[in-house]
Amino acid sequence: MTGVFSLLPEGRPGLLVPAPGAAPGGSEDLARYLSVGGYAPLPAPDRLLDRIAEAGLRGRGGAGFPAAVKLRAVRDAPGGAVVVANGEEGEPGSVKDRWLLRHRPHVVLDGLRLAAAMTGAGRGCVYLSDTPAERAVRQALAERPPELPVDVVRTEHAYVAGEETAVVRRIDGGPALPTAKPPRPFESGVGGAPTLVANVETLARIALLHARPDAAGAVAGSHLVTLSGGGGRSGTGGAATLVEVPAGTHLKVLADLCRHGRSEAVLLGGLFGGLHGAGWTDLQLDHDRLRAAGGALGCGALHFLHPEDCPVSVATEATAYLAAQSARQCGVCVSGTGALARTLTAVAHGEADDDAADKLRRWSGQLPGRGACGLLDAAARIAATLLAHFPDRVDAHRRAACPACAGATPEDGRRFAVPVP
Amino acid sequence: MKLLLDSTRCQGYGLCQEPAPELIDLDEWGYAQVRATEVPRDGQDAALTAVAACPNSALRLVK
Repeated sequence: MTGVFSLLPEGRPGLLVPAPGAAPGGSEDLARYLSVGGYAPLPAPDRLLDRIAEAGLRGRGGAGFPAAVKLRAVRDAPGGAVVVANGEEGEPGSVKDRWLLRHRPHVVLDGLRLAAAMTGAGRGCVYLSDTPAERAVRQALAERPPELPVDVVRTEHAYVAGEETAVVRRIDGGPALPTAKPPRPFESGVGGAPTLVANVETLARIALLHARPDAAGAVAGSHLVTLSGGGGRSGTGGAATLVEVPAGTHLKVLADLCRHGRSEAVLLGGLFGGLHGAGWTDLQLDHDRLRAAGGALGCGALHFLHPEDCPVSVATEATAYLAAQSARQCGVCVSGTGALARTLTAVAHGEADDDAADKLRRWSGQLPGRGACGLLDAAARIAATLLAHFPDRVDAHRRAACPACAGATPEDGRRFAVPVP
Repeated sequence: MKLLLDSTRCQGYGLCQEPAPELIDLDEWGYAQVRATEVPRDGQDAALTAVAACPNSALRLVK
């Protein structure tokens, strides 16, 4: 099954998907959004902040940081704040943010004005790269002029362009490349002001928490998840399924939905959560549980390997793509991702030195946390999880040529990229 | 005090490591790696020397 739908328990409509009442391919308009309780007055911003904290809403950009903690940090920092809706979805296997902006721009803009009220911000910004999303957002802003000035800032699509310090740098007129932390944007962001950079799904869930206090648990406890499966020899990502599911859903249920239940392995969190093999079907969609399993939920994109795919070639293509997407600002990232990708390519082609696995293991322990952003961590985790879950497969590549690994290693991410449904 | 490395500035000169071997490692490509961000009281002079040694101001010592 492909498309966009909700798997939330019966009796409760999908919270964010599908867009209510919108024509296929169209956006939810203002009248429709108002009819479901959108843009309701906010007399007591602190009460909504407390509700966000009580519901335990976590950010949906990838890190899963508690939304209320971030909001309060921006509110309490000295100086007038800025709020940013971050719609630049860098992970090639994720579509949720672009889908939301294209089809439900008002729920995101509603979340943005609520975030501004909670933090005392006097300026807002929608940051994106997707042209249809920009069109929908501009139309929504024209339909209902916002209560605070809101700029739409475009960027070029790139893996690191949605990282929060890259977002700030681009809005300030620079390149969309990360900077060293501290300071984080909540301390010093756009124009030096305390800045909330919030993922668009996070903002949409804030709007839902305001409109539907009765459903607070379900709002904070469900996820937009992008499912895709490898296309085997076609080497492309295939079609995507965007689905809204409760936290804790077993990955097997999600794989069966898109007919990848017999997959040998899954790549978690876009490219951020590593490869997982035997036993992946028992994993559950949950930040803490996936972290305990050596993975990461990240932005909630899951890529199931096709039966003809080899985990070694998938890891090789993923690290080659990340190496190509490095901002090339940090020497350790250029050297580290380059070494990981070159060594994995040699493994895939049966040309690796005897110490290749030892080197990969050493690097995947040494490199995390050392770049200005998480790209190097993603590449290191892919190597670490490949070695942890598929040691025999890696070893077998030394003895016999692997047909799935033959050929060039594309660096353009085409295996992982999926179109927005 | 905390010893912070801006990895976008580290060019791998390696000059920081000699005065502060207990605080800084160099990896196999020559880039600095801070062993522990929290600098012990008796390591603060070494940390300051390492900060001053970087030609590209990649290290900072902050409260």
